[in-house]
Amino acid sequence: MNAVFVVFLKEIVENLRDRRTIVNALIVGPLLGPLLFVGLTSLLISRELDRNEKPIDVPVAGAEYAPNLVAFLQQNGVRIKPAPDQPEAAVRAQEQDLVLRIPADYGEAWKSGKTAQVELLYDSSQRDAASSVERLRATLQAYSGQAGALRLMARGLSPALASPLAVASRDQSTPQSRSALLFAMLPYFLILSAFMGGMYLAIDTTAGERERQSLEPLFANPVARSRILAGKLAATFAFAMASLSLSLLAFGYAGGFIPTEKIGMVLDFGPHFAAVALLCMLPLVLLATCLQTLISAFAKSYREAQTYLSLLMLVPMLPSALLAVLPLKAQAWMFAVPLLSQHLIVTRLVRAEAVSLQQLALCLGSGFLAAAAVAWITAQVYKSEKLAVSG
Amino acid sequence: MIEVDDLHKAFGKVQAVAGVSFAARDGEITGLLGPNGAGKTTTLRMLYTLMTPDRGSVRVDGIDAATDANAVRRRLGVLPDARGLYKRLSARENIEYFARLQGLDAATTRTRCDALIAALEMADIAERRSEGFSQGQRVKTAIARALVHDPRNIILDEPTNGLDVMATRAMRRFLLQLREEGRCVLFSSHIMQEVAALCDRIVVIAKGRVVAAGTADDLRAQTGEANLEEAFVRIIGSDEGLAA
Repeated sequence: MNAVFVVFLKEIVENLRDRRTIVNALIVGPLLGPLLFVGLTSLLISRELDRNEKPIDVPVAGAEYAPNLVAFLQQNGVRIKPAPDQPEAAVRAQEQDLVLRIPADYGEAWKSGKTAQVELLYDSSQRDAASSVERLRATLQAYSGQAGALRLMARGLSPALASPLAVASRDQSTPQSRSALLFAMLPYFLILSAFMGGMYLAIDTTAGERERQSLEPLFANPVARSRILAGKLAATFAFAMASLSLSLLAFGYAGGFIPTEKIGMVLDFGPHFAAVALLCMLPLVLLATCLQTLISAFAKSYREAQTYLSLLMLVPMLPSALLAVLPLKAQAWMFAVPLLSQHLIVTRLVRAEAVSLQQLALCLGSGFLAAAAVAWITAQVYKSEKLAVSG
Repeated sequence: MIEVDDLHKAFGKVQAVAGVSFAARDGEITGLLGPNGAGKTTTLRMLYTLMTPDRGSVRVDGIDAATDANAVRRRLGVLPDARGLYKRLSARENIEYFARLQGLDAATTRTRCDALIAALEMADIAERRSEGFSQGQRVKTAIARALVHDPRNIILDEPTNGLDVMATRAMRRFLLQLREEGRCVLFSSHIMQEVAALCDRIVVIAKGRVVAAGTADDLRAQTGEANLEEAFVRIIGSDEGLAA
């Protein structure tokens, strides 16, 4: 039997017998992402829907001064509530999202044809209230427009006179592009599952083996260290890919539970998404496997390796965080940067946008090149005399 | 047959080995005696090609370790100072892993494993996972996997370290049996009684150098001491780091 395969097989068997590795690599790692993603998106979507469809509650102070206005509001999905004693304080303390105050002289002003004033109290730093404020403002504007048109017509004038310019907004965004933020985290969840899948083997096969003092006897066998390393990398890679595949399966299953159709969005978690995502992740998983093993080779103990690798897991969050804050336009060169390219491709795939062959080739080429470079460095470290000697 | 010529090895400014030469012959037990920190483990590590000497050469059965390390490793059975097992594998699986790495076929692997499990009296632990093994059981498993490819030359670094009296006696019997089979046995120790009781030839190392070599009688004659223990102390210059 080939020595590389012997090492590979032994690492797989040994780690399949470790409950901690199984739980972390094949259960928690693959399921964490899909569960979080589905949970978060469902929450976001249902909250968005609630806001637009549900009647909003508006505390109104002085409702008795403007019965017609209040009736209009009620007809347009506003539930009138009694106002608190100190409206300003209540809004500032975030006890109320907004308060509408109608002054006592409202009726007088209205009747004499002057501009009547109502006060809308809100806190613009409270983003949660923004959509309610916007809806109430629009409803009040509509009332104002309607009353104004009626007054003009009563005087025999055309309502068009009072509005020389009308702005017609034509939003060109698609539901997919509006939910960009929603998807910025998705590639990270996939990468995370691959990282978690390989992490325990990377530590166990290098830092762990040295700590348990079994690396020195292993190196006394007539097998080149690079071949031993190859077997260990293959086992780590296999676990990482298994974790990623399970994660994609879980996304495919859980994606059905996201109520995307309610906001007219298309989410593609089907076989095509899974296949292309798996392909474009291949070089990144290989790169991660080599990096994890390289870092473990430098660590003096299992614990130390675990600390370093946990920090390494934060690195793939960078493009996700960056693209969420600064929505960059995808340039061709970005597809040649490992991590960034996976991020872009996965995001495109899930939005059912096309990924060109050239983009995919750039992603694969640069990824495998980077992985090969790190693998070469790891092989050099494996050759060092210090590696085998513990303590 | 293991021949060592003028080995040197430094770690930074520390000269761990500074000129070690000796030969360990087939059918003999050669003991490497020296106080702790004398350079025994480093010397052995260069023998089984874990480390490359700064200067000097190692030849096993006439093969130069510098030119064909894999051929040398194939001819060596090694029980290093580090003897960690894979605790999620059974004793037999631990041995089989090394057999496959040595390139043995399935049939040979099985017969060699069975033979070693019988010879080392470890049938009761063969199918058990090695997690929770006693020190003696661990050493037995480590020896079995070191000898699975039936090597002509055997290197053991402090083989009785941490063993109780019964296990130590069993180990000594086993070393004598290996000698009877005509193998070349080389082991290191800082325990004088053990070296005196077992070895055909003794190489005394202190401060990275060979300070004396020969049979027990040679060493006694050389120092003029009738007592071997006194002879060692005289050779090394102090009794620090030695155990009776």
